[in-house]
Amino acid sequence: MTDALLAIEGLTKRFGGVVASDEITLAIPTGELHAVIGPNGAGKTTLIGELAGEIAPDQGRVWFAGRDITALPVHRRSAIGLARSFQVTSLFPDFTALDNVALAVQAHSGHSFRFWRNARRDAALREPARAVLAQVGLADRADVPVSRLSHGEHRALEIAMALATRPRMLLLDEPMAGMGPDESARMVNMLRGFKRQLTILLIEHDMEAVFALADRITVLVYGRVIASDIPAAIRANEEVRKAYLGAPDELVGQE
Amino acid sequence: MTEWFTLRNIVVVGLLIVLALVPVYVSIGGNTFLMTLFTRIVILAMAATSLNLILGYGGMVSFGHAVYLGVGGYAIGILAHEGVASGFLQWPIAIGASALLALVVGALSLRTRGLYFIMITFAFAQLVYYFGVGLERYGADDGLTIYRRSQFAGVLDLSNRAVFYYLCLLLLVGTIYLVWRLVNSRFGLVIQGSRSNDRRMQAIGFPTFRYRLTGFVIAGAICGLAGALLANHTEFISPATMHWTRSGDLIVMVVLGGMASSFGPLIGAVTLLVLEELLPAIIRLLAFPFLDPPMAVKISEYWPIVLGPLFLLVVLFARGGMNGLLEGARRD
Amino acid sequence: MLLVLEQCLNGLQFGLLLFLLAAGLTLVFGIMDLVNLAHGSLYMVGAYFAATFTAWTGSFVAGAVLALGAALIVGMAVEVIAMRRLYGRDHLDQVLGTFGLILFFNELVRIVWGPAGLSLPLPAWLSAWIEILPGLDYPTYRIAIIVTALAVALLLYLLVMRTRLGMLIRAGASNREMTGALGVNISLLYTLVFGLGAALAALAGLMQAPIQTVQIGMGENILFLAFVVIIIGGIGSIRGAFIAAIMVGLIDTLGRAFLPDLMGLIMSSRGASQVAPALSSMLIYVLMMIVLVVRPAGLFPVSIK
Repeated sequence: MTDALLAIEGLTKRFGGVVASDEITLAIPTGELHAVIGPNGAGKTTLIGELAGEIAPDQGRVWFAGRDITALPVHRRSAIGLARSFQVTSLFPDFTALDNVALAVQAHSGHSFRFWRNARRDAALREPARAVLAQVGLADRADVPVSRLSHGEHRALEIAMALATRPRMLLLDEPMAGMGPDESARMVNMLRGFKRQLTILLIEHDMEAVFALADRITVLVYGRVIASDIPAAIRANEEVRKAYLGAPDELVGQE
Repeated sequence: MTEWFTLRNIVVVGLLIVLALVPVYVSIGGNTFLMTLFTRIVILAMAATSLNLILGYGGMVSFGHAVYLGVGGYAIGILAHEGVASGFLQWPIAIGASALLALVVGALSLRTRGLYFIMITFAFAQLVYYFGVGLERYGADDGLTIYRRSQFAGVLDLSNRAVFYYLCLLLLVGTIYLVWRLVNSRFGLVIQGSRSNDRRMQAIGFPTFRYRLTGFVIAGAICGLAGALLANHTEFISPATMHWTRSGDLIVMVVLGGMASSFGPLIGAVTLLVLEELLPAIIRLLAFPFLDPPMAVKISEYWPIVLGPLFLLVVLFARGGMNGLLEGARRD
Repeated sequence: MLLVLEQCLNGLQFGLLLFLLAAGLTLVFGIMDLVNLAHGSLYMVGAYFAATFTAWTGSFVAGAVLALGAALIVGMAVEVIAMRRLYGRDHLDQVLGTFGLILFFNELVRIVWGPAGLSLPLPAWLSAWIEILPGLDYPTYRIAIIVTALAVALLLYLLVMRTRLGMLIRAGASNREMTGALGVNISLLYTLVFGLGAALAALAGLMQAPIQTVQIGMGENILFLAFVVIIIGGIGSIRGAFIAAIMVGLIDTLGRAFLPDLMGLIMSSRGASQVAPALSSMLIYVLMMIVLVVRPAGLFPVSIK
């Protein structure tokens, strides 16, 4: 646990009668790409919510870089290096792609009680933003309003927003949601490129991507961790196969 | 250079020229009523512009913005009543009192959003309104007459209507410029981002509450100054200025004129007030050949009924208001 | 003591009227996710219709029935013409759009009925007093309101809990998409729900009319309280609206009745009588805040998917 960047212990959350998180315990060391998979309703989004600070767990603790962040407010998590992307695209539709990322940069460039200078002409914000856009392959779409970008570009922008805050760890909530095979492959390559510089918690349904990227995989069913191991072990795990009833092929993956 | 000659820019420049020339026109024999009307338009446009900062750009629907007109006005009225006639004292107090009220109301209300925010700002507005009604010493329901305009010893004579008008116009243009700079600054982008997607703003690390509160206070302070101007203009102040329906008027100006646009509130104020004055006359004129006079008069008095549906249509189909229509673009 | 009891009955009566108004509001918000600021306009229109029809027919009851019918038609017309375009929109758009409707209705009423208010006089058989307790005479009319409102509340309960339409309403309130997927004619359902809400609002308006004058803007004054009721009660919950309405009605009435005297202890009586209405509104607001802190989704939240 001591060298884990993100450590979760006994995280529990109930909504009425439903147990969304059931004593989840997990430790992710620096530099690891850790995937969390599970059938729908397994509580994966609740988990991200708890890690991002939007949902307060009923029990359990979350540590980041040795610090207890269980009760840390949402906007402070970004400051300590924990960034997230959203499963359902959550951007600023009226702004351009560059505007969006520049805002993320701005959030970490001191306070924003600056009332006079035109922020869109501020190189200290625009240049780093352009660099991040280039990293996710959107450099030439910088000045396009988000409402006119394609779905795949939205998903890339989601990641860019998280990257722009110069995080130590990324919480990615189904980054490949709704993507076709080509776009997914591009995203996998992009994420592979980030692997060593960043620690990543990846929630995904796309099994090809998961097995291509993950160092370790945790399987969540009804809020409970039923297995947490290296990909080969997970693939061979009987309980995991049972949990994915009716879709055993998904676990095989194609490497 | 040619990209400046858009329809919208031409209309705006034309409007500004017309506004600048009103006193000139009046001094060469025009109807002095026009001076009174346009002074009112300019002052309310300033109030509407301040509302636009939080409503158009910030997405905060406040049905209590008119209270700052009242607070500013009462600051002038009360101080004048108590013998303090110096504008150098009155006006900063008007602005300061409005800012303070905005700080209190905002601090309590801005933790909420949407419907709850509307409810709370409305409740505060009612509270302030009834408080004004209870101010016996200062006229309560009947209001307070202001016998002397703010005195700016030697610098300005506000009882000179042209001087006063140009002061208001200057402050209006200054406000529009200030709001324009604000919304494009780092601060402004936070306000706009917060309207667009507050959840995302929090996720990337912005403590949005403090910025929205600051915007709320700035808007309140500017509106307080407009209130001081209004009190000087009408030489009278009463709680009616603070009633929620007056806040509604400001909202109509902002939305009709064009939310989140620099000149939208001005266009909205001009449209609304000019319509109020001129439309009955225009309708009578147009209807005269077709209908008998009493009928024409009746119809001309009924014109406000189109406001409601027009407003609804703008909200549904022309979100950029008149400014948006002039620009030919629609906000999504 | 009897005074307190009398005010409690007044509070109950006012609360029940608030319930009628709030029921429609909470249904529309809960099922169609529509914030309808113009709900108060339907309340006003009901009162105006009742005043006119009563004058025409000479009968209070006939006037009331006709007014309800007319309000139902107006409500459904408004839904088809205007509300449909607001479904699914940002709440901000809905607030602004329905605000436009408030402007429209206020002007329309002004044109049709003139700027001065109307009065709705009570027939003789409703203007009497009944001695419900020794020494306490209570107006027959207010008793009639209480009885009628309770009866309507019961009918509403039966409708929502025991009929097929009610089942659809409840389904719609907790899971919009699913109800649509079941093949139910959602458009028709929405129109009916909105019409029902309009009729209830109109009923509240026409029942309140003889007690207070019928005037332009009467809806907006009470609308705030109706929103407080649905927020406290839980959006989409009729049961919540009922309980919250009684609470709010009692607090508001008792506040208005006794706050001036209480305030009079610490300030002049004239000042007290003017500050008190504002304070009693704030009292309601404080209650709303407390409930929201303890139970953010209201007292009886309907979980909406």
